[in-house]
Amino acid sequence: MSTSMVTVQQEVKHNKRRNRVSGYGIAFTAFGTIWLIITVYPLLYMLMTSLRTQNGYLMGKPWLPPLHPTLDNYVQVIQAGFFHYFLNSVVVSVSAVVLIVTFALFLAYVVVRSRSKIVHTIFNIFLVGLAMPIQAAIIPVYLLILKLGLYDTLIGMIFPMVAFGLPLTLLILVNFLRDIPTELFEAMGLDGASDFQTVWHLVAPLSIPSLVSVGIYQFIQSWNNFLFPLVLTQNKAVQVLPLAIVQFQGEHTIDVPVTMAAVIFSALPLILAYIFAGRYLRRGMLTGFGK
Amino acid sequence: MPGTRMNWQRWVMTLPAIVFFGVFAIVPMCVAVYYSGLNWSGIGQAQWVGLANWANAFSNGEALHSLWLTIELMILCWLFQNPLSLVLGVFMAGKQRHRAVYGVIYFIPLLFSSVAIGITWSYILDPEFGLLDSLLKALGIGNGSENWLGNQHIAMFVVALIIAWQFVPFNSLLYQGGARQIPESLYEAAMLDGATPIQAFFFITLPQLKYTIITATVLILTGTLTYFDLIYVVTNGGPGDATQVLAMDMYKQAFTKLNIGAGSVIAVILAAFGLLLSILILRLTGFNKMESQMEGV
Repeated sequence: MSTSMVTVQQEVKHNKRRNRVSGYGIAFTAFGTIWLIITVYPLLYMLMTSLRTQNGYLMGKPWLPPLHPTLDNYVQVIQAGFFHYFLNSVVVSVSAVVLIVTFALFLAYVVVRSRSKIVHTIFNIFLVGLAMPIQAAIIPVYLLILKLGLYDTLIGMIFPMVAFGLPLTLLILVNFLRDIPTELFEAMGLDGASDFQTVWHLVAPLSIPSLVSVGIYQFIQSWNNFLFPLVLTQNKAVQVLPLAIVQFQGEHTIDVPVTMAAVIFSALPLILAYIFAGRYLRRGMLTGFGK
Repeated sequence: MPGTRMNWQRWVMTLPAIVFFGVFAIVPMCVAVYYSGLNWSGIGQAQWVGLANWANAFSNGEALHSLWLTIELMILCWLFQNPLSLVLGVFMAGKQRHRAVYGVIYFIPLLFSSVAIGITWSYILDPEFGLLDSLLKALGIGNGSENWLGNQHIAMFVVALIIAWQFVPFNSLLYQGGARQIPESLYEAAMLDGATPIQAFFFITLPQLKYTIITATVLILTGTLTYFDLIYVVTNGGPGDATQVLAMDMYKQAFTKLNIGAGSVIAVILAAFGLLLSILILRLTGFNKMESQMEGV
């Protein structure tokens, strides 16, 4: 009898506490909702404006959806050559990612598997580059690219991007490879595998999740990189998207809706990737920092 | 048989990374030190002037001004991003379904380049047709034609707020990860002792997130140091020189005024900052230790 009383009392107390907790929960959700609005509304503005006519933009209320939505702006963006810039961006980003990940994986393998002092010094030099700003090297890089005859070429943008993508990628892969049991390497060695074979048959397959994460991260970085294209190109034939939208904006100063369409177009692949593979993108973004 | 010794295959493997990093990062950074002593427009004859560019940069106060603005931007970015990201991260770490949905949406700004975000916000803040001013006018708040980015007293604040809009999603993801690793039992014990959620936040969550706070702080400082793209698009360093941070100043000196020497002085200052931050990262995380270790960050 008395025990059940206690239980009931506890239950009541518990419910009370839970109510109090949910009060906090509501306040917390309200806070989260405010940030949700702050996040979404500018994005919505982007989308709504890109569907407006020029007149609709000048006369209408910017906070409401357009009365007569139109895709004309997107047509105009495509006609302005954005599909070409899009392909340039794809070539630059994909090449940069493939080179960064391959080179970093090779070096990471050597760093993990050898006890050479020189290699560890090299590793430490790479790590010092971790927070090195591109801006610190851009002036000599610009003059070097000019000298090499790579100004206004896609390769001229890819090479420096690879250099600056290496430190973080290397660090992440080294951290990952260290967790591969030494016995596996030794077993490969006993089977007579060379270093290249070990990387190909053991290291690469095991590190696929890391490679995907770090690859996604570097892809986003390259896709959105602005300083290298700005300084290293001026010919429209080799323009990539971030530079293209800035130039486009300069040519259409009054036509805001068409510029907004260009902005959305430039982010389209990442938006689609997020819709279909959001988890990977979120994991990729946190690569090396999260954990 | 591959052991732990170097052989030719291993040297071949290290070569590409070393060549690329050396040629396009390390050597240029060293060359920048040499350029900082030149009087040169990038073409034609260069003239060695020793420390004249350095003396110039500090005597006319322009470089000091950009240095100060960079530090100011770092502080503003930290204040605008870190506390907010922490609370949002804890919010997203909750198991409730709606929080997960919110988290998915919070991420979206990270898909856009700084340039895209800069262009969008400069239209939102436009004094004539912008979203914010027309919204304020419709609500009857203020004069409805505030020139947010053209006012040199608030331009830097506004820039820092736009940066926060862009990067709070990233930092809150960090905190979400950190908060999820806090053992549930700590909260259960606190609840049994009658702690309120607010108390639990200050006495459990906050201390447990110590390492995440350090990581986020370093990343915010590193990011802000090189903040260029968005400022280039939104204010181009203006109005006047109100948002002329180091990276912006460097770009203008070298590529607009064609003064390679003066630009290189600022580049070297940036490199020194970067070096300092790299060492800080390595010290705080112990990344360069040779043992496998994953905790902490």
